[in-house]
Amino acid sequence: MPKKGEKKAKEVDDVPDQQEKKLPDYLELQRTRVSCKADAPIHCAYAAMGVDNSMSVEKFRKNFKIEINRLTEDDMEFDMIGVDASIANAFRRILIAEVPTMAIEKIFMVDNTSVIADEVLSHRLGLIPLDADPRRFEYMSENDVPNERNTIVYKLHVSCEKGSQRITVKSGELEWLPEGSQLNMSSPAQSGDKQKTFTSFSQSQKEIYEKPLGVKFKDITIARLGPGQAIELEAHAVKGVGKVHAKWSPVATAWYRMLPEVVLLKEIEGDDAEELVKKCPVNVFDIEDLGNVCTRNTKETCTTFLSRKRAVVAKPRACTLCRECVMCPTGEHIELRRVRDHFIFTIESTGAMPPEVLFTEAVKILEEKCERVIAELS
Amino acid sequence: MEHGSVADASASTFSIVEEDHTLANSVRFVLNQDPRVAFCGYSIPHPADNKVNIRVQTTGDPARDVLKDALQNLVVMCQHVRGTFDNAVDGYRANKHAEEMDVDEQQK
Repeated sequence: MPKKGEKKAKEVDDVPDQQEKKLPDYLELQRTRVSCKADAPIHCAYAAMGVDNSMSVEKFRKNFKIEINRLTEDDMEFDMIGVDASIANAFRRILIAEVPTMAIEKIFMVDNTSVIADEVLSHRLGLIPLDADPRRFEYMSENDVPNERNTIVYKLHVSCEKGSQRITVKSGELEWLPEGSQLNMSSPAQSGDKQKTFTSFSQSQKEIYEKPLGVKFKDITIARLGPGQAIELEAHAVKGVGKVHAKWSPVATAWYRMLPEVVLLKEIEGDDAEELVKKCPVNVFDIEDLGNVCTRNTKETCTTFLSRKRAVVAKPRACTLCRECVMCPTGEHIELRRVRDHFIFTIESTGAMPPEVLFTEAVKILEEKCERVIAELS
Repeated sequence: MEHGSVADASASTFSIVEEDHTLANSVRFVLNQDPRVAFCGYSIPHPADNKVNIRVQTTGDPARDVLKDALQNLVVMCQHVRGTFDNAVDGYRANKHAEEMDVDEQQK
């Protein structure tokens, strides 16, 4: 496995050496930063140099920081500092694939005379994000009876009259049925008045869940109907995880990037500075005026001024690593790096749960995984 | 499932089912921080099977205990992450609320 920043285990020292041996600068750089250069990153056994690279939970607690940049109902961006890439990646993977959501799984098709095939229509319905908190629901396996605790039932009944214009069926037309399924399993005129439907709700979901369990976005196009066509179906939504099917992923996406660091090894002045500032598409660099310098001989009257200016790194966080700055002639004096333990996380939620809740759930799931393995080992 | 020798408990391979890089890489990282560990790594024998092998070799302690400690450490780290995150969210919300109050005051 490619190991970035791999720290080998330290040999147990008998003599506690209190003097903290420092690595030479270039090695310290290699240990804490990722150099974005043409060749692959390399790492070495820092333990052999006598540097204490082991990390206890206490040290982690001291160094760990979270700074929130933006937090809205649908997405958030925050900085996680002091954690390793393997754990940040674990959170990202869990956010995408293992945080559960509700999504439509079974479709009971009564009538479909539209141009969209049954299975294509069902696939589209499955991808619609639902406004239901999955923590209040239970998983449903094959043998379970669909009841109010593990299923949400929706109905879709649209038709386009003959002679009228084509209509578009939007996701807002999905109607929530809090009492359960309305389709009868057995044929009518059989046993008495109580017909068996496809779900057995013992109570209405309206009493259990305070807000209506509708769809999150009402303007998603499901199908288009021409005159004389109709769709009548019932959809059952269940709880699942993204690993099984992407429709159950609670995030539009979740990603992280490491904090970029742009370092000017040499002063870049004058016209080179102007060029550099213009090159960067995201305005990482800026001009700093150093005052004016007279270029003419002081004996004569000074009429020309050469205003000295140099380039400074103004917004390193915005760097997208396009490498435009290193490709120009002054590029050898610029070094692009990434800080190894500083992650800028972005989470975009599809709406079932707000992004901060999603992250908390993801961390809980990692804890549960560990505890499951601990139980297996004991 | 532990595959090791009966005589030497300090080195063994743990085969865990229903797991993948998510847990294995994190555990490997935490194990490497432990000074008792001489070697640790993980591999996925085949991507179609849902199995991961974690190899732990220690400087004397039984590998099973070291792995358990590493998992406990990971749990503690996760709890700390959660706590810090919740505090940060509350702090951010409080700040935004305070800012909005100030803006309202200024607008008046």
